[in-house]
Amino acid sequence: MPDPESFRQDLRRWLEANAPKSLVGAPGTELDGTWGGRKASYPDPDRKRWLDVCAERGFTAPEWPKAYGGGGLAREEAKALRQELARAKLPPPLIGFGLTMIGPVLLQFGSEEQKREHLTRICRGEIRWCQGYSEPGAGSDLAGLQTRAVLEGDHYRINGQKIWTSYADLADWMFLLVRTDPNAKKQEGITFILMDMETPGVSVKPIKLISGSSPFCETFISDARVPARNVVGRVNGGWTVAKALLAHERTMIADAFGAAQGTGKRRSLSDWAREYVDCEDGRLADAALRQRTAQVEMDARAFLLTTQRARDAAKAGHAPGPESSIFKVYGTELNQRRMELLVSIAGPQALGWEGAGFDDRELDLTRQWLRSRGNSIEGGTSEVQLNIIAKRVLGLPD
Amino acid sequence: MQLVLSEDQELLAKTALDFAREHAPVSRVRELRDRDDATGFSRALWKQMAELGWVGILIPEAYGGAGMGLADLAVVLEALGRNLAPEPFLSTVLLGAQAVALGGSEAQRRAWLPGVAAGQKLLTLAWQELGSRYDLCRIATWAEQDSAGWRFTGEKIQVPDAHLADAIVVAARTGGSGSDAAGITLFLVPADAPGLAVTRQKRIDSRNAGLVRLDGVRVPREALLGELGGGAELLARVVDRATAGLCAEMLGAASQVFDDTLQYLKTRVQFGVPIGSFQALKHRAARLFMEIELARSAVMAAVRAADAADAEFPALVSLAKARCSDAFVLAANEGVQMFGGVGMTDEYDLGFYMKRARVAEMSFGDAAWHRDRWARLHGY
Repeated sequence: MPDPESFRQDLRRWLEANAPKSLVGAPGTELDGTWGGRKASYPDPDRKRWLDVCAERGFTAPEWPKAYGGGGLAREEAKALRQELARAKLPPPLIGFGLTMIGPVLLQFGSEEQKREHLTRICRGEIRWCQGYSEPGAGSDLAGLQTRAVLEGDHYRINGQKIWTSYADLADWMFLLVRTDPNAKKQEGITFILMDMETPGVSVKPIKLISGSSPFCETFISDARVPARNVVGRVNGGWTVAKALLAHERTMIADAFGAAQGTGKRRSLSDWAREYVDCEDGRLADAALRQRTAQVEMDARAFLLTTQRARDAAKAGHAPGPESSIFKVYGTELNQRRMELLVSIAGPQALGWEGAGFDDRELDLTRQWLRSRGNSIEGGTSEVQLNIIAKRVLGLPD
Repeated sequence: MQLVLSEDQELLAKTALDFAREHAPVSRVRELRDRDDATGFSRALWKQMAELGWVGILIPEAYGGAGMGLADLAVVLEALGRNLAPEPFLSTVLLGAQAVALGGSEAQRRAWLPGVAAGQKLLTLAWQELGSRYDLCRIATWAEQDSAGWRFTGEKIQVPDAHLADAIVVAARTGGSGSDAAGITLFLVPADAPGLAVTRQKRIDSRNAGLVRLDGVRVPREALLGELGGGAELLARVVDRATAGLCAEMLGAASQVFDDTLQYLKTRVQFGVPIGSFQALKHRAARLFMEIELARSAVMAAVRAADAADAEFPALVSLAKARCSDAFVLAANEGVQMFGGVGMTDEYDLGFYMKRARVAEMSFGDAAWHRDRWARLHGY
């Protein structure tokens, strides 16, 4: 590893020479980041140029091995890269479930052939992935899934239905769980497999939520033929792979909620309150509302400190402590409490669906509040998370 | 600010936990209460704690202490808090000696701090009055100046370890009225000052507390501690630091009562199975666990902010105190419910934790008060 300071200097020079100036300050969130894929369009050609130059250097997946299109960077170097991108106010060149979910799983469980085929295309932003886990009859009881895969020669014939598939309508490939042995104990008959969404027999229908449009879809799979070589890990050994991926997913969700608490970008609750309710001598006049506001702001701070504590412990070389198990359930419920409080603060102005009499921020608040009710369901319900804490952390008996 | 224990702090925590287990089990609190002990804690243990260097952790080296920080003291207080040790850390180390160290003259520091660090002298602070609740500035006790010095009129309530203190730091009014910050002055009043009367009070937690009557008490001019009329700021600083220390004790006690409850959930059998297998109890235990983890983060942040002289320290103290108040009370209440009938009996230790939880909650402001203070500090 080169001297860290010269590595950083090289990065700065490289960014100076290669990053499109038009992207400075451009957003890279779920809504407006670059997801890539076969269906991607690039209204701003600089986004594509930025993706390509980064992919060339392996900077879309800095810590993955170079052989698979990654940057081969050490953890500290990758951190330096993230810091330099932030410093230069540049959006990440590429986001998506390829990088955050299926990629890490393939690195751990994939065959050499699978890694070469899929990781390289993820790094270049050529393929966008979606996750086929939940089914209408298998939500919290994920292992009860019924989508059947029957081996016919060198292909599996797959029949079934997946639900809550985020961005299935925009994705090129799906990683999914299928039942390959209906007679085994439910966790032991599941296989993890990769499927091209263009396979005949696969169709997608978007789901509309109470908050309006959403990224969620239903995916119907009818006699789809998928090559047997697309199985990741052992046949009937998919549950192990599935759990590893869920851990990545929950970390991602917790990070998203944790990070949201910390950024100064969001308007604070008290700013909202000062706008919508009366103040006396500079204080919120309604003492009950003041308490609720302080409660949520303080809980958010304590939550943020707890995520910091987990990071500091990891940096000091300690194994992840029990505190990290609480992030998913606490982070999502905190966000819900925050949204509920904002609705109380905005009062009748939080009731608009669209059109006259409500400003954009108010309409957005309403939709966000409705959407937030799903936070404690998706990615593992709070109840399932509490079971996990009780069992794994507290050692309570089954 | 790193929210992780240093290697030295890990070692200190281990030493303190071993010490507490061996010398200061919670059964001691029961014995002291049952025999209505005249001291209310163990002088011998206090001496040992001084020899271990714990009593002088915050006292500068020049005055016989270790010159270490609140983050160091916090690991000791947490360990001792697990067994509800009643030794006078709050009165002497966190309140009295801190007032002298932060606001005292060179002569006052020399006179008191080495004796405190050695475990020989006890101090306390008298701030609260009937009806003042948590408002530090709501002081009616008057100090009037005459040619000989100062003369007091007033009464302080629930002063920790008041009947044993060698001197009491008294917050009195030399000007202003009501809840004015201006006009508050601190004095260092020796226990043998003529007219000083201390009556022991019995509170639910059996810890030492006393009514301090100051009618006609006279002290010389040199009893003035800090700035005349400008004592409110010093008082707030001392109380904030003491609150952070109290939070560490509360965290330890809440953690212990939670550990005991978990153990019970795993071993108590009803309907043929351990009651900890019931989801209704699992979820409550998991939620309580989250509350304690968040309290721990807040305490770690508060004591480190104190040591770093971070401007956010007062807000972080309020965060820690609100969290610890809620978490400790919840842990004690849930503990009693989950233990069932035996949790209500005096024979079990749970009651001691529940009683201590309420006293600690209402020392220096309860959760609601600290949430309101957080709001005030953040401009709403």
